[in-house]
Amino acid sequence: MTNALSRLLETRDWLLADGATGTNLFNMGLSSGDAPELWNADEPANIKKLYSLAVDAGSDLFLTNSFGGNASRLKLHGAQNRVRELNRLAAEIGRDVADAAGRPVVVAGSMGPTGEIFAPMGTMTHELAVEMFHEQAEGLKEGGADVLWVETISAPEEFKAAAEACRLAGMAWCGTMSFDTAGRTMMGVTSAQLAALVEKLPNPPLAYGANCGVGASDLMRTIMGFAAAGSERPIIAKGNAGIPKYHDGHIHYDGTPELMADYACLARDAGATIIGGCCGTMPVHLAAMRAALETRPRGPRPTLEEIAAKLGGFSSDSDGTGDEGEAAGRARRSRRRG
Amino acid sequence: MADEDDIILSELDDEELVQQMMDDLYDGLKEEIEEAVEILLERGWTPYDILTKALVAGMTIVGADFRDGILFVPEVLLAANAMKGGMAILKPLLVETGAPRMGKMVIGTVKGDIHDIGKNLVAMMMEGAGFEVVDLGINNAVESYLEAAEREGADIIGMSALLTTTMPYMKTVIDALKEQGKRDTYIVLVGGAPLNEEFGKAIGADAYCRDAAVAVETAKTLVSRRHNQMGA
Repeated sequence: MTNALSRLLETRDWLLADGATGTNLFNMGLSSGDAPELWNADEPANIKKLYSLAVDAGSDLFLTNSFGGNASRLKLHGAQNRVRELNRLAAEIGRDVADAAGRPVVVAGSMGPTGEIFAPMGTMTHELAVEMFHEQAEGLKEGGADVLWVETISAPEEFKAAAEACRLAGMAWCGTMSFDTAGRTMMGVTSAQLAALVEKLPNPPLAYGANCGVGASDLMRTIMGFAAAGSERPIIAKGNAGIPKYHDGHIHYDGTPELMADYACLARDAGATIIGGCCGTMPVHLAAMRAALETRPRGPRPTLEEIAAKLGGFSSDSDGTGDEGEAAGRARRSRRRG
Repeated sequence: MADEDDIILSELDDEELVQQMMDDLYDGLKEEIEEAVEILLERGWTPYDILTKALVAGMTIVGADFRDGILFVPEVLLAANAMKGGMAILKPLLVETGAPRMGKMVIGTVKGDIHDIGKNLVAMMMEGAGFEVVDLGINNAVESYLEAAEREGADIIGMSALLTTTMPYMKTVIDALKEQGKRDTYIVLVGGAPLNEEFGKAIGADAYCRDAAVAVETAKTLVSRRHNQMGA
């Protein structure tokens, strides 16, 4: 099964993905609390602009405005009956922008988490999650997405459900988790565990990796974890532009274009193939990343010390991989009665 | 597990049983916790002693292991669920016996923010630690927090935000509390992925809580500090 992304991956040894969706849309006047996906129908010109900003800044791939486009999230806005339509529109607008780019640009259909906790702790079941993701996937497919792009996932159950939905839709996909809790996902998944998980899926992703999380340094450590796991599959790095800081009533991310350019090259040297940004990553950051990737020679795989020196320190001492992480765990005193 | 390892809870002495309850909480065994609570009640334990010496003590171990990266959210939620099972039995008895309360929290995501998974985790774990929690849901304006806190006689106001665009609203709520002279009436805890300690200080919160376990520990510390001050 070939598609626009697999063809690009055959000829290029790095690809630039896109940056922030929310940060850019808020700059265009999206009100906080409103569903960005509704703009696919109500403000299509703004969504076209969002995609064009990434393409014009040099992105080879951009994600559609459909992150919260599953029935569970849209329900918060009373739009749970518009899943198919809003996702189709997100991809259709993207198709137009990509086809007019004059070079191969991949439309990746974004699929974010349901926001629900899986049983037995929560109420979400595998079947229900598959159904929700499948509905979204069909909309994105109908609108002309080249691949599906599952992102910001924390729970392995949800990652698996999304993978099954992509299989049902007959689409190639990529998948990333968000490693934001001491180097693991909120649900405790380590980089090594995700690397192992993707290989066990009946329909493994074209590429997998990490997005969002806690700043560029932590994300780099996660990427190093994937590489150390010996994975041959292309790795995705989509880190935030630094860490949000509060100044006089508003927030800005402290990652400069220069820092993101360093991050992009470090990510490539560490073994990532698809490199982009996430929250706070604006077109100016993307352009700097593209220029750096094009002009700076490849270097050796960086060490954690070099990453910390260039991008800043890590949020935790360990990320749960390696001997230290595996050895952790108190002797469980558990027993079961009959 | 082999049959010979089976433990009959009612055959354990008090000390062993409390140890066993801590293990069972750790493993999230709700039915076993409920049974053990009933056994201790039959043996004449006060509801307050069961709560503090068995359940809260057990959840403290769970919280510490979560903080140290040994347990993760799924295990902690199972433990909290088991704790809740025990609390459901104890709650009416605690009220009857006039036992000291752990504390009450109103919690919600701030105006403009619909991302509620972190808030839900904190609410579940606070309940698991024995706090009363009133969940205000998503997208809360200043009035929503203030009215609920007053109505419920809350000790703690918890605010959550996932977006950098909604974080500043936390300051709006705190400023409103100050204007109304109520800032010191409540402990204000803030949390959410893009926040950090520096931000919590900048907006005047009592504490930024990195995760749900930290929220529970911080709530316990600040509530007990407040009780001590009142007693002094």
